[in-house]
This record gives sequence, C-alpha cells and structure tokens, in this order.
Amino acid sequence: MSFFVVVSLLKVVVVFFGMLSLVAGLTFAERRICAWMQDRLGPNRVGPQGILQPAADGLKNFLKEETSPALADTPLFTLAPLIAFVPALLTFAVIPFAAPLPTRWGLIPMVVADLPVGFLYILAIGSLGVYGIVLAGWASNNKYALLGGLRASAQMISYEIALGLSAVAVLLLAGNVTLSQVIAQQQLGAWFVVPLTVAFVIFLISAFAETNRLPFDLPEAEGELIAGYHTEYSAMKFSMFYIAEYSNMVTASALMATLFFGGWDIPLTTWDEGAPSVLKTLATLAAFGAKTFVFLFTFIWVRWTLPRFRYDQLMALGWKVLLPLALLYITIIAGAVWFTRVQLGWAYGPGMAWTLGGLNLVLLVLVVGWLDRGRIVSGSGTVREEAA
Amino acid sequence: MSTLTVFWIFGVIAMLGGLLCITRRSPIGSALWLVVTLFALAAMFVLLDAQFLAALQVLVYAGAIMVLFLFVIMLLNLGRPGPSDIRGTMGIGVAIVLAGVLLFQLRVLGTAAPPEAIALPPGTMAALQQREGIIGSVAGPLFDAYLIPFEIASVLLLAAIVGAVVLAKKRL
Repeated sequence: MSFFVVVSLLKVVVVFFGMLSLVAGLTFAERRICAWMQDRLGPNRVGPQGILQPAADGLKNFLKEETSPALADTPLFTLAPLIAFVPALLTFAVIPFAAPLPTRWGLIPMVVADLPVGFLYILAIGSLGVYGIVLAGWASNNKYALLGGLRASAQMISYEIALGLSAVAVLLLAGNVTLSQVIAQQQLGAWFVVPLTVAFVIFLISAFAETNRLPFDLPEAEGELIAGYHTEYSAMKFSMFYIAEYSNMVTASALMATLFFGGWDIPLTTWDEGAPSVLKTLATLAAFGAKTFVFLFTFIWVRWTLPRFRYDQLMALGWKVLLPLALLYITIIAGAVWFTRVQLGWAYGPGMAWTLGGLNLVLLVLVVGWLDRGRIVSGSGTVREEAA
Repeated sequence: MSTLTVFWIFGVIAMLGGLLCITRRSPIGSALWLVVTLFALAAMFVLLDAQFLAALQVLVYAGAIMVLFLFVIMLLNLGRPGPSDIRGTMGIGVAIVLAGVLLFQLRVLGTAAPPEAIALPPGTMAALQQREGIIGSVAGPLFDAYLIPFEIASVLLLAAIVGAVVLAKKRL
C-alpha cells in the first residue's frame, strides 16, 4: 500500500473518532452550560463533575429496548437514522484543521481530502442530511412525525439557498472553492469576516436553520409536534439522530471558522505561515479548535436564550429577508471587488480587506436598522406611539 | 483499483437503481432508488474528471429536486403502494414495443462514434482544467460564448415559475 493510502486511512480514523468524542463531549457541555444559564447544576454525578455522563448515556441507549411502530415502513424506518448520521460525518472530510505536518516521508496536509470542489462538496453532502429526517418522519407512520419531516424538508431547502448564496461572496473574494486556498487567501489580508461581515451574518443565521437548532428547530417542535420526526424512535436509533445533529453543529462551526475566521490561521502573527513544523501543526490545531469552540458555544448559548420561531415566521425570514438580502449583497460585493481589483488594480491584502470592511459596516448598519424597524434597538416605545 | 473497476461498480449500481426505480410500487421507494442512480452518475462524472458537475449533480438533483419530490409525495400522501401504471394486455404490448425500439436505438448508438468535427484531441480537458480551474472551465463558456442562450433559459424558467404560481393561486 502506498504512503498516501495509509495516511488517508489514518486521517479518516482519527477524524471519525475525534468527531464522535467531540460530539459526546458536546452533549455534556450543552447540558452543563444550559444548567449554568438557568442557575442549576446540571449532570454532575457520573465521574468528576459529571464528565462521564455521555458514556453513561451511550450505554443506556445501547441497552434500552428498541421499539418499532406496527404500521411503520420497517426498512426505511431503520435506514433513516443511518441516512441522517452518515452525511453529518462525511461533510467534515474537506475542512483543513491544522497546518501541514512535516514527516520523514513528506508533507501531510491536515485534511482528510482537499477536494478541488471543496465547499461545493460540503453543500452537496450537507443537503443529503435532510433525507434522514424526511424519511424518519414518513416511515414512522405518525402524523406528528410526518409534519416534522415535511417541515424539515421545506426549511432545509429554503435556508440552503441563503447559505449557499452568502458563501458565494466568500468564493468571489477568494477566487477559489478549495478550502485550503480560502484559508491561504485570508492569511494574506484580514479574515473574511472583515470584508464580508454581512455574508457572515446571513451564513450564521442559515447555519442555525440548517442544523435544526433553536430558534429554528421546527422539525422537532415539542410544543406542537410531540418530538417531531423522531417521535417514534428510541434507544440507539434515536441516539443516531442526536449524534447527527451535533456532528452537523461541529461541521457548521468548523465551516464558519474556515470561511470567515481564517481556519487554522493564528491571528496577529505570520509565524504559522512559515516552514512547517510539528509545533506549528499543534498550535494551528489549537487555534482551529478554539475558533470552532466559540461557534459551538454560540449554538448552545442561542438555544437557551431565544424562543422558537413560528413556522410562517421561519419561512418569511428565509424567503423574504435572507434570500433577497444575499442576492443584493452578492451584487454589491461583486461590484466592489471588481472596482478595487480591476479599476484600482489591488490584490487581496489588508488594504482591500479593510476598505471592504468599511463598506460592510455601512451595509450592516442599514440591514440591522431595516430589520429592527422600531423593535429592539429603538425600543418598544416607538411601536406604542405608532399604535396610538 | 483501476478506473475501469470503479466504472463497473458504479455502472452496475446506476443500472440497478434505475431498474428498481421503475419497478417499485411505492412512489417513495422509486424516488429513493432514483437518488441512488443520481449518486452513481455523479461518481461517473468524477471518473470523467468533471468533479464540478458531480458536486452539482448531488447538490441540485439529489439534494434539492428529489427532496422536493419527496415533499410533494408526502404532502399529497401518495407514499403507500398504488396500482401499477401499466394496465391491460394493450398496455403491456405497447410497453414491449417501445422497449424494443429503445433497445434497438441503444444498439445502434453503441456502435456509433462521435463525428470527427466535435471530437477533442486527448488531454484537452485536462489542460483546460489546469489553466482555468475546475469551475472556470465550465463557467467560462457559460458566461461568455453561451451567455445569451443561458439568459434566455433563465427567463424561460422564471416565466414557468410565475405561471405555476398564477395557476396554483386562486386569489392573488
């Protein structure tokens, strides 16, 4: 076997187990952070500070009885958790998680597969995750589950468009869809969150809808749909959906870190861009982990802060706000990139990044001001005055 | 594994998926087997060095259009197996005749070679992708030489969407 095959297999195994243990840790972190936000203790009995709780939960799920509804479509009912689970883990394959590692046999890129279609692969595989949810809803032969599945399909297709369009701005500026090239481009100037702030905001909102997290977890809205698409699932099959949701969260967080926050780039220094060394690989891995964790925390933070949207509000936000906004924004950014690059002859660097950043600040103020229109920032007093 | 082995694996998957797609009674089953076929075709595109098309195939067809198919099937509650589409001796006869014509066409096509005029010298695609990138080699002609047909197709699709909304909505 060639060196490439051995290294690739090794990376697959490491990323797979890394992802699963991260997901396990995340379920624990979610419960502890939620408890902290609600002034409770949370799970703290299994192991020191309850750190072994995920292991206990996993064991419980393996030993629990599996139920299957009598009139369920058995093959699809069994297949659905798998279909949800596999794409969630596959998407991480193209995200570079550290600087290349030098070894005696050559440089090893720290990404499972640096595909030339990089970002499109994530969109393509990510769009398959919805099958698991839709089929789970349908195969259960339960009307609440079916409603959850229907909502999931409509919601995920709607927000996929806004997500893809907001990322187009990134691809415009990077001139490439390979994620390692996107990172390399950000190292030349500022991180893309500066020149593309509005795109980041749209991406963040869409990512919440794509991962079915609150405030957009309509497919499993327990207030109306019992538990939505996974109402009829128990034991390990239910666990699969759970793992899939958290893996999607990890991938979405890692993707936001990569597209908008420089990936494994360490800020304020060019040390990490020099000749590769083992130390640099470890340091950049830590930087990437820290950025990803910030977004994971944001996911949890938002979940325990905001109430759930209504279904029509969700659809209105997706189609009437985010989609036109993303389209308009691409036009503006394409114009600005064309002007600075072709007319002024700039290459991407700090100058171009901060100029576009200034433009984005203006746009962001306009967008937030328009979205707010006499609600939170300007205070509810204005609404009362209008009503009077 | 050689390219040929991979081709055969995905070729067989695509054929099986297609066959199962048209023989399943349940619309949901058919739709899912069609997704399998689309996936195998995406793998074929990768074998032809068209990774961009492969990604789009999965993204647009498997990820969006087929999900909408499932959405409609589930919304209209057509998911349970229904009666067969081919009914009566007459129907079976017509189906057999049509299948024979199609097989004959495939037989002729299988022996035909593309005309010299449109055949590219070997290595052209690889060189083009090297020069313009994997997306540039598709986007270049689309937004340059074929810009007008592309825009006309877009307007046509838009008109179809507007028409569908007008027909579907009783009160506008």
